[in-house]
Amino acid sequence: MTDISQKTYAPGQHPDLPPPALTTGVLGWMRANLFSSVGNGILTLAALAVLAVVLPKVLDFVFFDAVFFAEDRQECQALGSGACWAVIIERFQVSIYAFYPDELRWRPNLAFVLLFVALGPLLFDKFPARKQMLFFSMIYPFLAAWLVVGGLGLEPVETNKFGGVMLTIIIGVTGIVGSLPLGIVLALGRVSNLPAVKIVCVGFIEFIRGVPLIALLFIASTMLNYFLPPGTEFDLLLRVLIMVTLFSSAYIAEVVRGGLQAVAKGQYEAADSMGLTYWQSMRLIVLPQALKISIPGIVNTFIGLYKDTTLVIIIGLLDVLGVMKSALADPKWNGLAVEVYIYTAVFFFISCFAMSRYSLYLEKKLHTGHKR
Amino acid sequence: MSEQAIEKKDSAIGGDTAIQITEMHKWYGEFHVLKNINLSVQRGERIVICGPSGSGKSTMIRCINRLEEHQQGSIMVDGIELTNDLKNIDAIRREVGMVFQHFNLFPHLTVLENCTLAPIWVRKVPKKEAEATAMEYLTRVKIPDQALKYPGQLSGGQQQRVAIARSLCMKPQIMLFDEPTSALDPEMIKEVLDTMISLADTGMTMLCVTHEMGFARTVADRVIFMDGGEIIEENEPESFFTNPQSDRTKLFLSQILGH
Repeated sequence: MTDISQKTYAPGQHPDLPPPALTTGVLGWMRANLFSSVGNGILTLAALAVLAVVLPKVLDFVFFDAVFFAEDRQECQALGSGACWAVIIERFQVSIYAFYPDELRWRPNLAFVLLFVALGPLLFDKFPARKQMLFFSMIYPFLAAWLVVGGLGLEPVETNKFGGVMLTIIIGVTGIVGSLPLGIVLALGRVSNLPAVKIVCVGFIEFIRGVPLIALLFIASTMLNYFLPPGTEFDLLLRVLIMVTLFSSAYIAEVVRGGLQAVAKGQYEAADSMGLTYWQSMRLIVLPQALKISIPGIVNTFIGLYKDTTLVIIIGLLDVLGVMKSALADPKWNGLAVEVYIYTAVFFFISCFAMSRYSLYLEKKLHTGHKR
Repeated sequence: MSEQAIEKKDSAIGGDTAIQITEMHKWYGEFHVLKNINLSVQRGERIVICGPSGSGKSTMIRCINRLEEHQQGSIMVDGIELTNDLKNIDAIRREVGMVFQHFNLFPHLTVLENCTLAPIWVRKVPKKEAEATAMEYLTRVKIPDQALKYPGQLSGGQQQRVAIARSLCMKPQIMLFDEPTSALDPEMIKEVLDTMISLADTGMTMLCVTHEMGFARTVADRVIFMDGGEIIEENEPESFFTNPQSDRTKLFLSQILGH
């Protein structure tokens, strides 16, 4: 190594040399990331020691000493000292469909599968036959609502029978899909030059952001009845969906507004100077850049919204957490809080982690080598 | 000085006037940025506008395509009066191309898409045709091979040439240049100036805010000197540089040419 760098070359003749061995490969990575200084080296070793103690215990609890099949908690305790997953296995169906009639469960199942068919062309621009499929994406919400709720030839199912994972996904997906366009419109309204539009948007955003979601859900479940004409039937789930969408859209609006402000003024001017109309310049120039900048914030809001769906338990809707908590009240399984909460946490983690990975993929795909 | 300017304008009206600015004023809040601007530009004329920073040069040419609003006086572009009517503003913007100091290319679109966007959406040109035109202009600014790259992958000089090609794709009658070379490295200034010179040779009406006095000398039909929001002096380049009339112009020229 030393004799390479000591060699001299005529000016302009210096060749490209390989980097020193210790800066690349596995060794280089370990040196840079695990042992870059004495302090970091000690921390790395300490972390390894903690893992060595904790990891076997966790694995024992979750897998090796766990009981997967049992009739009740007593049997679990007799069979093994680890987790009692039998409660999850017994309650699995209920945790997904809650009180949805057994013989009709193919309908939410079909709606769930079609959800991915509808999301595919929206999320991935290389999706086969994307243009035609986007048409399906547009009719999907109505199709899904018809499948799940019934009517028009299908046997109707009361929405108060909805619950579990199904309810979480219904509220989460509706809130996410509804609040993005609404939030973008609100953000554009808030930065608009038209005073009336601006005041309405600012008022809406500030009101919604200033009130806790729980309060809005209470308004949805109780107070709306006072404002609506007596005798109007207005489904509770529908009210919740609207409230959650409005709530999330106010947050999305502020995230998108941040993105709009980060787009250089010159971009607006270039678009104006070429004679693009307001909507053309927003759609073609400003929003693509603003939304790209806002992706982390938007996904952050979506993940927050998705987890906040558990709050509906307060007005009597049983989402996945609510349904699983009812298992705890069952004398057979009394006291298995850890297993039940781990199961619910894993469910939420998988959903949220998927969203987070997608946002990273999107950021990478939209990166066009320009500095911001 | 301004009396003289108005007389000059009067004699010019009736010819083939591209831009006619009459007694135009502009304020930023309380601040009077443009004071009684009178300027008439003939079709095919090349005008260089210079002056110290803050003198209102950029603001003036930005008024011509309504990136800035004037509060008093009138601006006629290509026979269309610039009013608050959005129809007129859009009509004028279709005919006036603008090149900015910081290029303002759209970073999320390729070079080719940058060039075809406005023709497709504003002029309703079919995509194939717009792409053919774009390649023609990209060839003219000598970077057809970069068409599928993103602006962020190009050098400053290349980006500015793309910006010029992008404006030309709209087939404008008038081109405005707002300090097109002042954000560039010295080596890249020349390639952009060469592009502008070859554009001038095609007979394009050009208004150019620049401190490139060499460019002004070789290309301009008229040089305008502004200070404090007023047009102080305007003349043919030869007389402007060798025989400036006002003391302010003399001082400016001595500073800008002195080193």
